[in-house]
Amino acid sequence: MIPLLHVSDLHVSIRTDAGIASVLDGIDLTLERGRILGVVGESGCGKSTLIRTIMGILPKGARADAGEILFEGENLLAFSEAELNSRVRSSRIGFIPQDPLMSLNPVFKVGTQMLEIMRDHAPPDGLRGAARQRARVQRLVGLLRRMQVPDPETALERYPHQFSGGQRQRLLIAAALACAPGLVIADEPTTALDVTTQHEILLLLRELVGEFGISLLFVTHDFGVVAELCDDLCVIYAGQTVEAGPVHAVLSAPAHPYTVALLACHPDRADSFQGIPGSVPSPLAPPPGCRFTPRCLHTTLPCSAAVPTGRSAVGTAVKCVLYA
Amino acid sequence: MLRFVLRRCGLAVPSLFGLLVVTFLMIRLVPSDPAAAMAGDAATPEQIALLRHKYGLDQPVWDQFVVYLGRIVRLDLGESAFTHRPVATDIAQRLPATLELIFASMFLSVGLGVPIGVLAALRHNEMPDFVLRVLSVLGVAVATFWFAIMLQLLFSMQLHWLPLRGQLADSVPRPVNITGFLLLDSLLGRRWDAFGDALAHLVLPAVTLAFGGLSGIARFTRAGVLDTLQNDFVFYERAMGFRRSRLIWRYVLRNSVTATVTQIGLLFGGLIAGGVVVEAIFDWPGIGSYTVQAILTGDRQVMLSVTLLVGVIYAVVNILTDLVHGLLDPRLLDRT
Ligand SMILES: Nc1ncnc2c1ncn2[C@@H]1O[C@H](COP(=O)(O)OP(=O)(O)OP(=O)(O)O)[C@@H](O)[C@H]1O
Ligand SMILES: [Mg+2]
Repeated sequence: MIPLLHVSDLHVSIRTDAGIASVLDGIDLTLERGRILGVVGESGCGKSTLIRTIMGILPKGARADAGEILFEGENLLAFSEAELNSRVRSSRIGFIPQDPLMSLNPVFKVGTQMLEIMRDHAPPDGLRGAARQRARVQRLVGLLRRMQVPDPETALERYPHQFSGGQRQRLLIAAALACAPGLVIADEPTTALDVTTQHEILLLLRELVGEFGISLLFVTHDFGVVAELCDDLCVIYAGQTVEAGPVHAVLSAPAHPYTVALLACHPDRADSFQGIPGSVPSPLAPPPGCRFTPRCLHTTLPCSAAVPTGRSAVGTAVKCVLYA
Repeated sequence: MLRFVLRRCGLAVPSLFGLLVVTFLMIRLVPSDPAAAMAGDAATPEQIALLRHKYGLDQPVWDQFVVYLGRIVRLDLGESAFTHRPVATDIAQRLPATLELIFASMFLSVGLGVPIGVLAALRHNEMPDFVLRVLSVLGVAVATFWFAIMLQLLFSMQLHWLPLRGQLADSVPRPVNITGFLLLDSLLGRRWDAFGDALAHLVLPAVTLAFGGLSGIARFTRAGVLDTLQNDFVFYERAMGFRRSRLIWRYVLRNSVTATVTQIGLLFGGLIAGGVVVEAIFDWPGIGSYTVQAILTGDRQVMLSVTLLVGVIYAVVNILTDLVHGLLDPRLLDRT
């Protein structure tokens, strides 16, 4: 069976005043049905750009230069804006944004906004007019109750500012599920929340995957979150996929020098805190080939040529000449 | 909500009271002897004394102020030295014409300004944005009276499409007076001839008056929309597949018009002021031309009454503006 989402060799560049920024330079990832894929990378490595490319909402001046985004076998890059709206967004791909405080429209009732999502994208239910509206409200109230939003019956009549940050994230999760999509994409949905709330939300998401039959693409910079939530893992460095595989395999036996270095300096594991020497290259003038080369301990090898994908001993996919 | 409204009304009380004090002082203190000024040059000392007694000018200032307040509350604004009729009656008769003109130009400047502003923001640095910039410069630079005369020359004198001045042609009988508003009365009385003629008379003065406000409203709308588009929730709404037209004209616009509403409130005040010139040029039988006439004839009672009236209108518009803000942004209601 084909995977739900398969991104291969995706390249995205953004035209800026300072030149052309090569923001994504060879992203490969695969999300199988019913699983949770964590996409991990440092700030600025292109996680949000990847999500924007999948959703078809690129910033001004940005362009997908190469690659494919196969969703249920169809290449989303070939979809027009109108097609994305009518056949993909909300109906088949739900989105949970990073900042729950800023992502709801402050001057409309929560219910108005959630019903607007259902307006064009809810699966047909054979109802019309007032009956359909009632059914939709009922579905939303049920979702809110499931998300443990307090007073779900009246929540739709309230405004976003009348909810806390954690509650708003629950509203947004309900909104993502409102039209019963098969894929949900979440962009660091817990970064803005405190640790306890973050933990509750992760537990909730974990449960929802089985319960609603969704697959989850979860973007984060936090290996701790990945270990807690995800089945699979895809590590990104400066716009390039460097390593991908089942979470336990990657975490227990990291193969790519970047993954190794990153895990070594994670506060949960490191004996003493140490960063990776050097800094992330600018997307305006990236090194050729593997972008980790300038900071890598193994640079005697021909790293500046196109990097092949190899297999590590535990079977993870590694983009490094050490494993070619 | 009710508390919000009451609070806003409460805030207007001190400024209205201040206005009453100022107008009172203007009547009592500016001329050394108001009774003599009122009576005119030819009056005998007895007549002046009579007037002084009639208006209570021989009483202590505080008592006079209380009497003045009492009269204002009863809408007794004195008598016009020029028309020899109660000022309140004159104003009641002329106010509808002014309001009709102001509402028409508000309708034009908001109805055109908001869409122009939105388009300019969406087509940032493209053609619509460029058109708006030209309009803005013209809106500020072009003098109202010059613009009015140009319109008159072109559309009345040259093309004969629209009447030159006035509110209704002499050949058209006035519809039965129901509300005082000519257009409304024509509609209510099913006087289509009067309605058409009144509408034709309204076009040029309304366009003149709308012109300056239009560019202001468009500019504020443009800035508001550009600002709103930066918000995370716009990206979220796009990602969730909101239909583009609804996204812009409903979800973005509602967030963008806060500054525009303030501008509309200010505009209303500006329209009252600008209306004086426009009414004079187009011979529009409203408060503006009444004021001009009062200034030319030195009719103090009328000038002061108009000052009061404009102050009250400003206060009401301010309250309405706040109210609309509250309706547009529920966060404001919860804060008070
Ligand atoms: N509109 C834009 N114009 C120019 N450069 C951009 C633009 N958007 C993103 N970039 C650049 O692309 C790179 C990736 O940005 P992106 O927001 O995708 O990173 P991220 O991994 O989501 O970071 P974070 O963890 O901080 O959210 C960064 O170097 C950024 O400077
Ligand atoms: Mg990001």
